Amino acid sequence: MIGLGKQGLDDNEEALRRVVSKQQELDDQSAAPAAMWKVSTSPHLKSSESVEKIMWTVVACLVPPLVLSVFVFGIQTLLITAVSVISCVLVEWLSQKALGRPVTIKDGSAVLTGMLLAFVIPPGVSPLLPILAAVFAIYIGKHLLGGIGYNFFNPALLGRAFLLASFPVAMTSAWLPPVKNLAIFSYFGGAVDAVSTATPLAVMKEKGMAAFTEAFGSGSDLYGSFFFGWRPGCIGETSGFLLVLGGLYLLYRGYITWHIPVSLLGSIGVLTWIFGGEGYMTGDPLLALLSGGAILGAFYMATDYVTSPSNKTAKIVFGMSIGALTVLIRLKGGYPEGICYAILLMNPLSTVLDGWFKPQRFAPPLGGAK
Amino acid sequence: MKSLLTFPKGGVHPPEFKTQTHGLGIEVMPVPDELELILGQHIGAPCQPTVTKREEIGEGALIGEVKKGLGVPLHSPVAGKIKDIGSSVHPVRVSAPSITLTVNHEAEAVHYAKEAWQHLDAAELLAMVHDGGIIGIGGAGFPTHVKLKPPANAPVDTLILNGAECEPYITADHRAMLEYSAEIIEGAKIILKILGINECHVGIENNKPDAILAMTKAAEQSSTPDASITIRTLQVKYPQGSEKQLIQAVTGRKVPAMALPSAVGVVVQNVCTAKAIYDAVVLRKPLYEKVITVAGKGIGRPANLLVKVGTKLKDIVEYLGGLQPGLSKIVLGGPMMGFAVSSLEVPVTKTTSAVLFLTKDEIDTKAHSQCIRCGWCLDACPMGLEPKEIALHVEAGRSELTEPFGVFDCFECGSCAYVCPAKRPLVQFIRLAKMKAKRPQ
Repeated sequence: MIGLGKQGLDDNEEALRRVVSKQQELDDQSAAPAAMWKVSTSPHLKSSESVEKIMWTVVACLVPPLVLSVFVFGIQTLLITAVSVISCVLVEWLSQKALGRPVTIKDGSAVLTGMLLAFVIPPGVSPLLPILAAVFAIYIGKHLLGGIGYNFFNPALLGRAFLLASFPVAMTSAWLPPVKNLAIFSYFGGAVDAVSTATPLAVMKEKGMAAFTEAFGSGSDLYGSFFFGWRPGCIGETSGFLLVLGGLYLLYRGYITWHIPVSLLGSIGVLTWIFGGEGYMTGDPLLALLSGGAILGAFYMATDYVTSPSNKTAKIVFGMSIGALTVLIRLKGGYPEGICYAILLMNPLSTVLDGWFKPQRFAPPLGGAK
Repeated sequence: MKSLLTFPKGGVHPPEFKTQTHGLGIEVMPVPDELELILGQHIGAPCQPTVTKREEIGEGALIGEVKKGLGVPLHSPVAGKIKDIGSSVHPVRVSAPSITLTVNHEAEAVHYAKEAWQHLDAAELLAMVHDGGIIGIGGAGFPTHVKLKPPANAPVDTLILNGAECEPYITADHRAMLEYSAEIIEGAKIILKILGINECHVGIENNKPDAILAMTKAAEQSSTPDASITIRTLQVKYPQGSEKQLIQAVTGRKVPAMALPSAVGVVVQNVCTAKAIYDAVVLRKPLYEKVITVAGKGIGRPANLLVKVGTKLKDIVEYLGGLQPGLSKIVLGGPMMGFAVSSLEVPVTKTTSAVLFLTKDEIDTKAHSQCIRCGWCLDACPMGLEPKEIALHVEAGRSELTEPFGVFDCFECGSCAYVCPAKRPLVQFIRLAKMKAKRPQ
């Protein structure tokens, strides 16, 4: 009775034979044809959603920002993303083979990890970096912990953290300014050092607000270029517009809920406004949300099912904590961005939060709690 | 639009698949040559046969009785001869003691005349419900006379008739409410008299507007001051037909965990049970017939059938044009909570509400994968439980530790497994957990 999951009996001759012999046992006195019908416990009806459908839908939502990155930073973003995706899938396949587990590369989760990993590394890095990150993130961070569902760190961010620790120079300096006149091949194969720039938050942190305004402008120009993605940054983080659009679609499909993105972005906005300026209540919340991967993190990273809580209240606490940690790291820590570490710090706590904030039961038993 | 009643927590919206049969009137199926009556038709003790082999019996004759324990008698659906007292294929218990009956097609059908019941008192009516062999025919099969005698310390003030029929495919209650509306309302009045109360609500889901209309009309026509019967329109949502969810939808009261509906002053009966009570009291006809829905792409002609209890599936299949190619699963009951059977020798019992012949594209055949902790099962669970945690514990061999996640509150509606994107057999995991975990108290 336990092997219910093996319902794909058609592929499994031995199981079929077992069913047939059981059928004949039961039909001993019958004249019914020895047909083969499936027997399992209820429910017999299942929704049309599946893990594959979810993963591939999220991947599809990440395609527009990827296409944009080609026009912003040049064609090599496509190369880095392709290398990252292929190496993640390959490492997943190899890990599952090596560990004797069923191969599940078709479910799209490795593809998604590959996409997200490429999205959080600078566009000017060597394509070798995502390969190393894939090995660390997928093999050590995911499969050695039990595979999908059992990893307690977001694999893509784990890959980024690994690269940040191992290749700090490349990871913090291989930024590219947006290309001019759609010359998307201009950086391809060339020396990146010659054109490198800095990310908005790094400029602000190291050189102050004046240098920032000089480099990126101010007012609606600034917000416009940040909103549509025409600015330096990681491959996939630049366009708040396209990321939010994809996030809204995921919300509409019911694949993510509003709890984590809203609480996370809300707490970043509010805390930046209070503590982020020269004095209290003078910070720029909009800029804080449009830079440093906040939107990418809120909609695509922190909402990762495996590494976020399942209960609604726990999700809100989780999102607010990430937001608070992000602002803390940005303002007081050593890194200009911060959401990567904030999410990684909260990831292992998600099951703890689920334990603290249990769903409300239908009704307690008579005479108080058990 | 006025917002319709429903239960607030959890629930799912599976496709309804009711169009196949909801327009088809109840059709009387000709009696086959042989019937097989399972002696344990319900929760509680099975009947002891009161007849012997080769005995000739008439329609409606007593053939089984419960000597001790919880139970109701069993009656012969037809005139005929006892062929054998042996065992039959059972959908859940694999095999069960049963009486095989050879039908005498020559015998004249018994004609039941209406008799007055208004002069009878509650105890007499209750005895008739017991003697009529009536059990909750909505599915669980709890003996009705027990349910109609709530404990003295829990006074009941409301009767709810369950016409939600939230399971996909099934339209038997829908047709019964259309075609037997007056009988159901009369049955409700009998129940009200037995309980000594005067408030009755009939909960019907919004996808049966014609049934709502017919029942409203019938209720208006026979409304009296001592029996106020109101039809309550419910939102379509599974599992609305579950007792606790229906009570909350209609009255707003929450039945505590491990307690019976009488704890909040409510008794729930299925609409077809009310019809059976009408038959038993007004016509003095015991329960031996059942309206069932036969549907799915695997049967030649879907139908709503009035069949004798004990009719084997093979006779129904033969009557309805045979099995169709592609048939993959046969389910007794609805697709969410029904039981898959492996043989057409299985007979219809008093609790069978449907027989579904499902083809490969109508059922789920995907293998399950690891839990991705998406939490959809938490949102779907109407009881506020954590199916994913229970399943993970069972997989890890720690079934004993699942009580804190609420295994014993689970009534196995299957909403969690329905929404699970990893296609995990969560209900099965929970059943395993229930066997191992220690029940509180």
